[in-house]
Amino acid sequence: MPMLLVCALLIAALSGDAAGLPTVAQASRPARIVCLVPAVTEMLFAVGAGPQVVAVSSFDHHPPAVEHLARVGALLDPDLERILSLRPDLVITYGTQTELRAQLDRARIPQFVYTHGGFADVWRTIREIGARVGRAEAAARLAAAIEAAIERIRQRVAGRDTPATLLVIGREAGAVRGIIASGGVGFLHEMLEIAGARNVFADIARESVQATTELVLARRPAVILEIRGSPLDEARVRAEERAWRPLASVPAVRDGRVHIIGDERTVIPGPRIAEGAELLARAIHPGAFE
Amino acid sequence: MASPLRRRRALALLTYGSIAVLAVVISPLVGSTDVDLARALDRRIPFAENADAQILFVARLPRTLAGALVGATLAAAGVVFQGLLRNPLATPFTLGVSAGAALGAMLAITFGWSFGTAGVPAVTTASFAGAGAAVGIVYGLARARQRGLSTEVLLLAGVTMNAFFSALILFVQYFADFAETYRTLRWLMGDLDVGSYTPLVTAVPLVALAFVAFAWLARPLNLLNLGAAGAETHGLDVTRAQRIAFISASLATGAAVSVGGPIGFIGIIVPHLVRLMTGADHRIVLPAAALFGAAFLVACDLVARTAMAPIELPVGIITALVGGPFFLWLLVRKA
Repeated sequence: MPMLLVCALLIAALSGDAAGLPTVAQASRPARIVCLVPAVTEMLFAVGAGPQVVAVSSFDHHPPAVEHLARVGALLDPDLERILSLRPDLVITYGTQTELRAQLDRARIPQFVYTHGGFADVWRTIREIGARVGRAEAAARLAAAIEAAIERIRQRVAGRDTPATLLVIGREAGAVRGIIASGGVGFLHEMLEIAGARNVFADIARESVQATTELVLARRPAVILEIRGSPLDEARVRAEERAWRPLASVPAVRDGRVHIIGDERTVIPGPRIAEGAELLARAIHPGAFE
Repeated sequence: MASPLRRRRALALLTYGSIAVLAVVISPLVGSTDVDLARALDRRIPFAENADAQILFVARLPRTLAGALVGATLAAAGVVFQGLLRNPLATPFTLGVSAGAALGAMLAITFGWSFGTAGVPAVTTASFAGAGAAVGIVYGLARARQRGLSTEVLLLAGVTMNAFFSALILFVQYFADFAETYRTLRWLMGDLDVGSYTPLVTAVPLVALAFVAFAWLARPLNLLNLGAAGAETHGLDVTRAQRIAFISASLATGAAVSVGGPIGFIGIIVPHLVRLMTGADHRIVLPAAALFGAAFLVACDLVARTAMAPIELPVGIITALVGGPFFLWLLVRKA
């Protein structure tokens, strides 16, 4: 046991040193990119760097071109051997993948470290990754186009009332149990405000909130939006909307304003966020899009 | 002999019964939001439009009753398992019931099963099925080795099943995404926010049946304390008693876990606390533990939902925070 500890400390110390070493000079336009972050994969393709990508994460599905690429695991289970065997000249990692990042540093493979944040971080990431892969101009155009699209949504819903809205990101199937909702910080909260709603949990400074039955009843949302990463068939949508019926005093339930949106554009903070925000806005303010 | 026992039992039932009733009455009146009680009970306002009444009767009351049901079941089942295995460290989860239930629940969460039977959500149904499967396997193993039921094999098979199911859980977990992983983890911490009476109504018949068995088991468990041979000289059909104890306590545990998740420590601290106060006679310990278990879990849940309101703490954390130190103290004392 003490031996193991010593080894672990030694490795930690060594990797710390390795991380401090200067990395190989970065090529201006990497040609073999491995991307572990689906949102960034979308950005790469959107700025025209798709042909430079050789592998993506196991959760990537967009754009369709990624279906033919190699898979190298994801946030929790990156496959280092697989990544190294692809001889990448740039790997896009999550900030929290400390172990993988240390290993890539030791292998002297350049990285782009992604950190999850709000909407402003999306344009910032697009511009930074664009510059890194030699597509700075296209990236600037893309970021500006998304900002403009967001601004158009804001203008569409401007002047309308902002209904108290509960944004549900997870729930037990067929029951109002285990509800996880967006709190008052982060990308989903911002998306909700752009779409012209007032988040009922805006006062809770967390990305997600475990919403109890009592809390939902007490906050009285006028609209309930449930977002899912994949599409649901019509029967399932109806069944899940019915699951809310026991909470009849909630205005959203009483007025039939529970909407279930099964679309990955609402959950991936990539170049399609404006489309995701518009889906929410259309559900909250159908009149604004007629 | 009969008279003092009856008096002691009456006193214990009165004491613990009052605590349980007090907890169940107070709990719905307290919460993260202020409820106007007069408005909540005003019959002139239609229920569907009365938010106060809905908070009281849709959110808090089923939740309180779930706490009472789960607490009573886990505490009583803990007493039965400790008596059956003649091991003070046994809990309702020792023999793999909770791990089986957890596997069922996590399969339902990960693969988004949506079947629901008679209004009971899939996660509840799947966790009960998982508990049943674990009980069946452990029981089959314990019977295979010898005629009757070997408690040693029960214990070993149960512990092994716990490990095996845990490995399966991790295996399935590997294919789940973050939201699912988080929800599974949350399920494992216990949650009594049932949101309707349906899960309770479906669990009650099974739990009631188990409590009938527990009532019959009080004397056999006292005799089992003497060891199997000793119990037999007193005319007890040991195998039959063990079988009834194992099946009734396991199924009741499965039902409780399917309602509230595997809430830890109730099944071990409550029985020991009650024994410290009332002695070891199962005719007193069993009902007293059930009543005190109900009160204890309702109280822990009250803390869980108000301590950091509007954010809620998982109730399993509260029971473990209270239960952990007590359990250690108990271990040291026994040593």
